Amino acid sequence: MIAPKKLFKRDVVQNTADVPRRAFVRNALRGYEAKRDENKAKFLDWQSARDVASEIKFEGINHLDKYLKQFAQNAEARGTKVFFASTAAQARDYIVNLAREKNVKSIIKSKTMTSEEIHLNDALEKEGFGVVESDLGEFIQQLRKEPPYHFVFPCMHLKRDEISSLFHDKLGSEPTNSPEELTMIARRFLRQKYIQADMGISGANFLVAETGMISITENEGNARLTTSLPKIHVAIVGIEKVLPKLEDLALFLPMLGTAGCGQELTGYNTQIGGPRQPGETDGPEEFHIVLLDNNRTALLADAEQRDALHCIRCGACLNVCPVFKNVGGHTYGTTYAGPIGSVITPHLRGLQDWKHLSGASSLCGACSEACPVKIDIHHHLLQNRRNAAAEKPVWWEKALWIGFAFLMRRPFLYYLMTKAAPFGQFFHPLIKATALDPFLAWTHSRECPASATTTFKDYWKQHKKQKDAASV
Amino acid sequence: MKISIFIPCFINQFYPQVGSQMVELLERLGHTIDYPEGQTCCGQPAFNSGYWDESRAAAEKMLEAFADAEVVVSPSGSCGAMFKVFYNDLFKDTPQQKAAKALSDRTWELSDFLVNKLGVTDVGARFDAKITFHDGCHSLRELGIHDAPRLLLANVKGLELIEMKYPICCGFGGTFAVKYPEISAAMAEVKTDLIRETGADYVVSNDSSCLMHIQGYMDRRKINVRSLHLIEVLSKQ
Repeated sequence: MIAPKKLFKRDVVQNTADVPRRAFVRNALRGYEAKRDENKAKFLDWQSARDVASEIKFEGINHLDKYLKQFAQNAEARGTKVFFASTAAQARDYIVNLAREKNVKSIIKSKTMTSEEIHLNDALEKEGFGVVESDLGEFIQQLRKEPPYHFVFPCMHLKRDEISSLFHDKLGSEPTNSPEELTMIARRFLRQKYIQADMGISGANFLVAETGMISITENEGNARLTTSLPKIHVAIVGIEKVLPKLEDLALFLPMLGTAGCGQELTGYNTQIGGPRQPGETDGPEEFHIVLLDNNRTALLADAEQRDALHCIRCGACLNVCPVFKNVGGHTYGTTYAGPIGSVITPHLRGLQDWKHLSGASSLCGACSEACPVKIDIHHHLLQNRRNAAAEKPVWWEKALWIGFAFLMRRPFLYYLMTKAAPFGQFFHPLIKATALDPFLAWTHSRECPASATTTFKDYWKQHKKQKDAASV
Repeated sequence: MKISIFIPCFINQFYPQVGSQMVELLERLGHTIDYPEGQTCCGQPAFNSGYWDESRAAAEKMLEAFADAEVVVSPSGSCGAMFKVFYNDLFKDTPQQKAAKALSDRTWELSDFLVNKLGVTDVGARFDAKITFHDGCHSLRELGIHDAPRLLLANVKGLELIEMKYPICCGFGGTFAVKYPEISAAMAEVKTDLIRETGADYVVSNDSSCLMHIQGYMDRRKINVRSLHLIEVLSKQ
């Protein structure tokens, strides 16, 4: 296996060179930003809304034990089966065994990043269960055999003609440039799948502890069909999705629509409180909720970064991130791309393997500013860097910074170095931008500023002398 | 007022005129300037790289150098943010925690200091030019400075400020610029496109580190826009 950092660096080089794709993604997200701002303005006060949302999530996360228990009790009281999965394997096994036990023939699935996280489709397919993604973007990505590019807009990197030719190749449809027709092609295919499916798998955006309900936010209605037509509905949800009260949704649903998609509210918001009850005419016969930990509790144990569990997966931080816009979603190599992914992946999958993502940031802070639940995202990237270096320093970096500290603690030595710099720079053109250039990483795309022969320290000495002379 | 100035290492080395013009402006406004000569680098490069012990070793010297300062003013939002915001993190639970907090409370970024501490918005400058203004991310988001430099620029005679469409990062990010040069340069490309779109002849900022990156990129691409620190504009007569 190639190390994640190596893959990342390789893909960075490749994707930053893809100028048209970068411009396409950038323009799409500038469109989103304009719509988001329009809808932010409809809040009485967006900043206060963020404060309240962050307090509600703080309450939920800091009393997770209490609220998860309450959620499970309330869900079970209406006939829902709740399974706590500590690991990805436990979650996969539960769902695969259920499918086997119930003799499931066909599975339809609505958008769920948690299932991506545990590689559920692979596990089901290995056991012979076919799974069809019903979210249009996810369906397209499934046909492309590619993970989602963005956890809210899975195929935002694709142009219309690319989708048209994909459908032509995989579904045999006529090429078209009309988004409506492309949607109809997918719809015609997917309607059949809903009818055939005997298991529907979904995620959830929120778990409401007070009522034992899950809440799903979507724009296509596919999650409603996925969760209501098949006999069995399985929802796989991260434990951090809990909200204490039903009324909390009054804030979180518009906030998710606005921050996530630049919408006032998304097209559909559905609360599901259990399987079909006696006397009801529709809904699934069985409803299972798999509550996934998969190292979220490791993040919970980290008081400094615990607020990263406030995340509602709106994707607002990706949408404003200059790194995301320039390297693209797949480069990260993670389920959760972008700034929040760079914060949590080291906790979920190992600090040393994923610390490079925290390094790949200019720390501009656009993410933290955009986050609707006020996660201190960019400062967490700094903390990850610190934790990684403290746990396992890179020897040459450590040596470099020890040298740095040695020099900076000695003003006179530092002064001599600043005086030597112009001489060094005089000879720099001989090796500039070659393999011998110690500043190659800078000079590969930028010119160096000229070292002053009269530094500020020199100026100050002169200036002080003049001042002192004048005051005598 | 006795003002202690904090001149970042790269300004000392590459842009000494930014420091000297700041001294001259503050003196012209009637203040006494002190430059604690023990100062070197605030330790931010090591801090941002994760090597906090080494950063702290350098930063301790800065705490000592500025121990007696009444107010500290820096012509860089980024290095100012290191004193004002990050020293509190760096020295948390150490014997110097209090000293770090005291320094943080007394530190100002230059434009913020002129406008919000001294109440000066017109320094009598004249500069006949079209400019655009780049907000350094540390200045904008760590220190929350947005209006102060614009108020100062609004009173420069002959000057026309044309804002960029999007206030994005230039891609410098300290050691990030050399750890991930491709991403950093891609960000600089987007930034310089926005600068050029304004039609300005100069890009002005309250942070020379961003300008070092932007200018370095523009020079490589032979883009004919010059960068100037805010103080260089305010010093023009």
